[in-house]
Amino acid sequence: MPEQPPYEPEGAVAGTGMGGAMDLAASEASTLQRAPGGPVGTGPAGRPRSLWSDALRDLCRNPVFIISGLVILFLVVISIRPSLITSGNPLTCELSKALEGSQPGHPFGFDGQGCDVYTRTVYGARTSVTVGVCATLGVALLGSVLGGLAGFFGGGWDSILSRLTDVFFAIPVVLGGLVLLSVVTSNTVWPVVGFIVLLGWPQICRIARGSVISAKQHDYVQAARALGASNSRILLRHIAPNAVAPVIVVATIALGTYIALEATLSYLGVGLKPPSVSWGIDISAASPYIRNAPHALLWPAGALAITVLAFIMLGDAVRDALDPKLR
Amino acid sequence: MGRYVARRLLQMIPVFVGATLLIFLMVNVMGDPIAGLCGERSCDPATAAQLRREFGLDKPLWQQYATYMGNVFTGDFGTAFNGQKVTELMATAFPVTIRLTVVAILFEIVIGIVLGVVTGLRRGRPVDTGVLLLTLVVISVPTFVTGLLLQLLLGVQWDWIRPSVSPDATFGELIVPGLVLASVSLAYVTRLTRTTIAENKRSDYVRTALAKGLPRRRVITRHLLRNSLIPVVTFIGTDIGALMGGAIVTERIFNIHGVGYQLYQGILRHNTQTVVGFVTVLVLVFLVANLLVDLLYAVLDPRIRYA
Repeated sequence: MPEQPPYEPEGAVAGTGMGGAMDLAASEASTLQRAPGGPVGTGPAGRPRSLWSDALRDLCRNPVFIISGLVILFLVVISIRPSLITSGNPLTCELSKALEGSQPGHPFGFDGQGCDVYTRTVYGARTSVTVGVCATLGVALLGSVLGGLAGFFGGGWDSILSRLTDVFFAIPVVLGGLVLLSVVTSNTVWPVVGFIVLLGWPQICRIARGSVISAKQHDYVQAARALGASNSRILLRHIAPNAVAPVIVVATIALGTYIALEATLSYLGVGLKPPSVSWGIDISAASPYIRNAPHALLWPAGALAITVLAFIMLGDAVRDALDPKLR
Repeated sequence: MGRYVARRLLQMIPVFVGATLLIFLMVNVMGDPIAGLCGERSCDPATAAQLRREFGLDKPLWQQYATYMGNVFTGDFGTAFNGQKVTELMATAFPVTIRLTVVAILFEIVIGIVLGVVTGLRRGRPVDTGVLLLTLVVISVPTFVTGLLLQLLLGVQWDWIRPSVSPDATFGELIVPGLVLASVSLAYVTRLTRTTIAENKRSDYVRTALAKGLPRRRVITRHLLRNSLIPVVTFIGTDIGALMGGAIVTERIFNIHGVGYQLYQGILRHNTQTVVGFVTVLVLVFLVANLLVDLLYAVLDPRIRYA
């Protein structure tokens, strides 16, 4: 976007508000990785510590990273094997127990249909983690490939893609979800994942594009070109490793927001629909009883908040580790 | 400056066409609009065909789009299937949502920037850590949960506000819904201001200003803040469109009859005219807000010149 004033941080438009730091992270990353030592591939002993091992060392000492990492690990484990911590079935409900409070064997009480809130909250993790991980993988793959190619080759394809991302940014996300998903009758997570990928890729695309543009101006890229390396080799061996850091950071934070988006869409009645188990559905179902049975709302809402928080904190910690300028 | 504005206006055209076309396509995927007209029963084929002709739905899609856009630019947003003019719906809905958005933006500007400046100047102190943690919590709790909880606490338990907003939707009633709508962006504004303030605090011009013996207050407001506000202004500007579009959740929780409410009804009833009309206006708002932000740069930062 050559017409834009020079001080605009690219990512701010995408709603993360951290774009400025991203590009810096990219340029810093490349100087850090290559500048101090000789050519890449000196033996392990003579090799300078790379940005990545530096960041890893930093992360292992960061309590925020460790805590959020443990929370995420726990979530992933229980979404693969919910039966590890609950023996109940989220779909067996006894209407006679509707809205009852906590009792032995049912620590979180019952919801409006008499389902065990604890079991449903545990099983809800699977939906959220699946949607978050699949949507992020899709968005990151599509966005970074399109953005990377556009940034590397430039030209007409690049301007078309930039305008296309502008178009997608102009459409309010929740609204698009309501329109597109209101016709879907399938009761799996895939329509929601597909929708998030469809509207989410421009964000990563912009970041990847900016980061590739700043990486390709470095001397080592010129050197590789002078040595006769092909475009694909330059892209994969030289640019990709140096441009991927901002994409990873934004994708991690986005994962959390995608989980929140899935819950919001389910709350509005267009994401997943019952009998699927999702925190959004449970919160929506519990909101009429908020006055006499707030527990049915608070547990899934709390689980949702902690999950989103864990991913955002993880992304924050990774960014701090990869962005030496902020230290 | 004039040439820059003209160029930006020209650039807006493809984005506007693209976004409205995308919405047009999406709404068309949304299902047969005629099906929504006959209520629960399915239409009998003859009536359906006649209705199709009447609404121009038998024409190819691009032609429908062209006709529609032609009408929009003469101020005709079409008629909802219940016979009400879409412009009439807009006239009742937009003032409410604009009031809500104004409240939200004010919260972002006042609370967000003040918190950002305070924490940015005291980086690493307890205030900073506390506010930073708070923003993280606010960002991670989805808006609909924040809204439901505030409604429960303030509206039901403590009885400070009325749980649902009256059809008039005065500014006073919209304070809590506005705060809910602003909450996530508010946290982003705080973090963004904090980062830029902390970065610029170490810059040479701040040191120079302090060395000249300017009072600290003046250095912060005239030198530091003015330079740090640029990314914040970008964020708030682009957020206007997002807030108006995202108001759908807040409006549903507090039963506010604004744009989000009308859109939700339109989508539920497959009322294509309403949905496309409202979204078209929202896209326009988004684009104009972005343009204004770009022009504001020159005011905030004299180093930027538009050729």
